[in-house]
Amino acid sequence: MKTTENSALQIKGLAKTYDNSFQALKGIDLKVSQGDFFALLGPNGAGKSTTIGVICSLVRKTSGSLKIFGIDIDQDFSAAKQYVGVVPQEFNFNQFEKPIDILVTQAGYYGIPAPVATERAHKYLKLLGLWEKHNVPSRSLSGGMKRRLMIARALIHEPKLLVLDEPTAGVDIELRRSMWDFLEDINRHGTTIILTTHYLEEAERLCRNVAIIDKGKIVQNTSVKNLIKQLNKETFILDIKGEINNIKTIDGYPLTMVDNSTLEVAVDKDKSLNQLFNHLTNEGIEIISMRNKANRLEELFIDMVEKNLTTDEVSKDE
Amino acid sequence: MNNQQKWVAFETIVRREIRRFMRIWPQTLVPPVITMALYFVIFGKLVGSRIGEMSSLPYIQFVAPGLIMMSVITNSYSNVVSSFFGSKFQSNIEELLVSPTPNWIILVGYIVGGMARGLGVGLIVTLLSIYFADFSLYSLPVTIGIVLMTSLMFSLAGLINAIFATSFDDISIIPTFVLTPLIYLGGVFYSIELLTGFWKSLTLLNPILYMVNAFRYGMVGITDINIVGSFAMVGLFSTILFFLALWLLEKGSRLRS
Repeated sequence: MKTTENSALQIKGLAKTYDNSFQALKGIDLKVSQGDFFALLGPNGAGKSTTIGVICSLVRKTSGSLKIFGIDIDQDFSAAKQYVGVVPQEFNFNQFEKPIDILVTQAGYYGIPAPVATERAHKYLKLLGLWEKHNVPSRSLSGGMKRRLMIARALIHEPKLLVLDEPTAGVDIELRRSMWDFLEDINRHGTTIILTTHYLEEAERLCRNVAIIDKGKIVQNTSVKNLIKQLNKETFILDIKGEINNIKTIDGYPLTMVDNSTLEVAVDKDKSLNQLFNHLTNEGIEIISMRNKANRLEELFIDMVEKNLTTDEVSKDE
Repeated sequence: MNNQQKWVAFETIVRREIRRFMRIWPQTLVPPVITMALYFVIFGKLVGSRIGEMSSLPYIQFVAPGLIMMSVITNSYSNVVSSFFGSKFQSNIEELLVSPTPNWIILVGYIVGGMARGLGVGLIVTLLSIYFADFSLYSLPVTIGIVLMTSLMFSLAGLINAIFATSFDDISIIPTFVLTPLIYLGGVFYSIELLTGFWKSLTLLNPILYMVNAFRYGMVGITDINIVGSFAMVGLFSTILFFLALWLLEKGSRLRS
């Protein structure tokens, strides 16, 4: 299959109202370029999973249009589906089947003959560190292994667009990082990736572009770099040597004590940290370590969602 | 999807369905065989010898076709209803729904899977019945034709039940409260010639009566009703159920939100 379309995904005016009258999507527009690593962020119930559901046909849209590599899903959803691989939030494979059978069966649904499917299944099981478990019932796999099995299953037909709905939820840090490396690698090899996640550190580390969705509307759609530029304040946690009972305030640097050996300070983006350190040095306070209170993107995200921005306030940076 | 890809998708569904019921053979293949063996022993040998003849046949020869049909019906139905609902319950039906496999392939794949189990169990029960009763096959085309169509029809019915079901209770209501009474009152154990008036008319509304009689005709050459009518009725019901099931899948009823 050859595609000449520049965008991997193009959504226009997508709306979804469920049977219970809940309006999950209120006419969103979204464009994801080929080769992009794109984050779709939003609080619970914002419309992320509904958007993904429409992309993979599990949710029927109420109105709007959606094109996958230029193919309108209303014209030929079957052809569009060949390009998409989905990793859902919940484990949705047959827990009684073996990983190898799950992968070969999934490939069969895409019309891939068993010999080719078996070869690919071996490849992805090895790549994702599941080979030793390929022949055991999948219910015996650990949570992290089940997540990786779902990634392998989504890749078995070698899609050009991989959609991951919170792929690292409940996965330990070491495994999360190895999954990040894997996803970065397949993205480098040309697979467009759309990711929803609650770990904003994950979006900041992996993604080039981001859309923030809240209450069924896109409230921000820009590059991760541009988004972080909008951050006008960062909150730091300072661990100090020894213990103190109080701290003198300093203009422009609101200092608060978390406990006797930890301080918290919010620093405006245009202010230097040197002045703060000088002040603390003059107070006889020695700083032994310093870290962001929250991930930078997380601060922005919370700020945006709290402000409950509406579409009228959307800033769209191209 | 081109035709070759569609064939691969169909083959995959059928293979997966057969693998499923073979994997759990103590639940799917053994119980119907034990149940039928008990029917043969009790109704055929113990009670049957006291009943004597039914429609000019030894009683065991009369009930055997009905018992074979009963196992085909229940196994075709229960295979599709439990497999499809199980997939819905575990959400792994989504594996199929997100794929480009057309709905009619999904439908035919599940139906063939259900028929494989129904006919497989039917064959085992037939072999078992040979041990208890003497048969000479009266009409192979009628026997094969009606058993295939009946298995198809109940596989379709099972799929429709599974689409509408929202709990495991929902998939046992129809077999318990509809299917079992219809089978028992559908001429498996007695000839409708024994009934009169209202009860005979009521029994003639039971579709299973037509299937059991057509199958009995194919095996032993006797029937209470018209064979052509049986085929026409099963064909009509199967066609209606096929298009209903396909429409439900196309609509995504209870499958897509």
